[in-house]
Amino acid sequence: MTDLLYSADDQDLRDAVRGSLARVLDHDRVAALYDDPGADVSAAWRAVASDLGLAALLVPEHLGGAGATAREAAVVAEELGRAVAPVPFLTSSVVATTVLVHAAQAGSQEAADALGGLADGTSTAALVLPWTARAGTRTTYDGGPVRPVAGAVGADLLLVPRADGLHLVPAADAEVTPLTSLDMSRPVATVEVGGEGVLLADSEQAAVYVDAGLVAGAALLASEQLGVAQWCLETTVAYVGTRVQFARPIGSFQAVKHRLADLYLEVVQAQAAARWAAAALAEGDPDLPVAVATAQSWCSEVALHAAEEAVQLHGGIGMTWEHPVHLYLKRAKADQLALGTPAAHRSDLGVLVDLVP
Amino acid sequence: MTDLTEAVRRLLAEHPPGGSDPTAFLGARFDAGLAWVHFPVGLGGLAAPRDAQTEVDRLLAEAGAPGPDPANAIGLGMAAPTLVAHGSPEQQQRYLRRLFTGEEIWCQLFSEPGAGSDLAAVATRAVLDGDTWSVTGQKVWTSGAHNARRAILLARTDVDVPKHAGLTYFVVDMTDPGVDVRPLRQITGEAEFNEVFLTDVRVPDTDRVAAVGHGWRVATETLNNERVAIGAGADREAGQIGLVARRWREDPSVRSAAQHDTLMRWWVESEVTRMAGERLRQQLAVGAPGPESSAMKLAFARQAQGITNLMMELAPDEALEHDTWELVRPRSGSFLGRGPGYRYLRAKGNSIEGGTSEVMRNVVAERVLGLPADHRPDKGVPFKDVPR
Repeated sequence: MTDLLYSADDQDLRDAVRGSLARVLDHDRVAALYDDPGADVSAAWRAVASDLGLAALLVPEHLGGAGATAREAAVVAEELGRAVAPVPFLTSSVVATTVLVHAAQAGSQEAADALGGLADGTSTAALVLPWTARAGTRTTYDGGPVRPVAGAVGADLLLVPRADGLHLVPAADAEVTPLTSLDMSRPVATVEVGGEGVLLADSEQAAVYVDAGLVAGAALLASEQLGVAQWCLETTVAYVGTRVQFARPIGSFQAVKHRLADLYLEVVQAQAAARWAAAALAEGDPDLPVAVATAQSWCSEVALHAAEEAVQLHGGIGMTWEHPVHLYLKRAKADQLALGTPAAHRSDLGVLVDLVP
Repeated sequence: MTDLTEAVRRLLAEHPPGGSDPTAFLGARFDAGLAWVHFPVGLGGLAAPRDAQTEVDRLLAEAGAPGPDPANAIGLGMAAPTLVAHGSPEQQQRYLRRLFTGEEIWCQLFSEPGAGSDLAAVATRAVLDGDTWSVTGQKVWTSGAHNARRAILLARTDVDVPKHAGLTYFVVDMTDPGVDVRPLRQITGEAEFNEVFLTDVRVPDTDRVAAVGHGWRVATETLNNERVAIGAGADREAGQIGLVARRWREDPSVRSAAQHDTLMRWWVESEVTRMAGERLRQQLAVGAPGPESSAMKLAFARQAQGITNLMMELAPDEALEHDTWELVRPRSGSFLGRGPGYRYLRAKGNSIEGGTSEVMRNVVAERVLGLPADHRPDKGVPFKDVPR
């Protein structure tokens, strides 16, 4: 059976990411993005990518990366979710990187060159597909504006799956127009690609590489969602333990504590599901599609439920702009819709486990 | 592990499962220390790590060896670990082997009409008379009492102290003339459980487990054993979801677009629960038990009830019939047997037995999440002064 635990190294990695983010990022900085999308949060990405070298995790050593596995990347995703960090780790260091690694390993020198910059954090890349895309749906870019694309704002390179194959296009050769986004900590954009760039793979290979990128993204999104859910649960438990009404902490009322006990159980299950998906991705387990569809169905709903419970159980303060819980609600809702909705993943799962309508 | 594998091989060589009767084989297994490998040597174990048992069980099952009697789940899962932890050497020698072989089935005399979720409110009195206790009271929800030779009992020995401090733990001989076992018929029509009336039941002081007044601590540990025993290491689709999934695959008439997402939601929930159980098992194996176990029971109850309900809706014509309402006396409970209506009704008990889901939520909220305790009017009050 797959190892579902964290190693001692995983714990060290977690401490490093959490400590680093705490120094450069706080909730006010994230909230500021809703009023000023151009607010400078680059320190967070520098800390993650350059100082800690985490953009290189999924790049093999012979391509200039750290040669880590999805298990470690999942720990990073958990911490980024917990901090609702506005960084392109999932879009660039997981999805785009996975696509490029496949192309580079099939011999594309352009892909290998691009990975060098991604690995050392000097550049980022985005896959030009709607952020709701999921593996197996064979989506291509057919020209014209495509929206909503995540990770494109500020990206240096764009991966464009056209009908004739996968192109690598400098962002300068495309028009990227930021959209007012539900989750401004991972803003989406309209992208219209002008230049042809270079062809990395033919259409058949492109479909395989793009699906691999989307699967990796969905697998590790589950860990990000776990981090979001854990923050919401822990913050709410702390709040109801101190908020006094009717001369008692509200957390002593069963109406409140039973909701949190149920949420705790959901988070326990989400943690197992997220570790399973990450391990399956790391090991190339043939059960990976089942693990990803299961984890996405579960963790998407749990992160959202945790954020919704956090808002409700914080009462009035939870409904304010001042309290950070809204940042998590918006991230959780956007994450639920990203890389395939839970219902879409359950539909895929039905085919995978031979339970079709 | 290789030593254990060797011990299993030796046991199977000396007592070929086909050739010996189950009781003799289980006795030999106990003597070989393979009953509970983590128990001490001489008490059915080899002082091995607890998780090594899984492999031993697997090897024995592969060889076709008879396993312990499922009707003795209380004895195996609760009485035995309690006796090892708290019993006197004499009690351990006298009871453990015959418990494991199934020669003596055990039951549990804990719950009472007035002490369900509030188990520490047990009112059955035990009064010392020379070197023998006289026990009088009424117990309920005693599974298997009609088959049991012995029982573990929680009784009140002191009414002048707060409820938790006045309880003592005993072993009871169910053949005592003061023990009256009556079937308790459930909503399924059957009677897995019993009411047990105790009238001046004589219990020698040598059958007291741990010190007078320590019963709550000993019983709580027993209940923890029960909760840990639930659910780890199952295969995919092993539980209720498997029955529905197989039916869906094999019988197109039950498939409907309207119910598909509901089915898949339960499939996902069953699978993530299985993974959470597996993760818990892995944590135990490396000596870091997680607090998650108290939450797992909530998940099993929820799924059992939701999925048995779905099964009836998928085949509604069938579900309007019922196999039998006859008052049968099963040897052990079955959650997966009989028809859909039986399983639906039996699953209603899953959120009540072994701690109601409401009590489990309190446990999770207070002991795992650290939320403040609810208001408890009986706290610190002598038992005799608590309104009942």
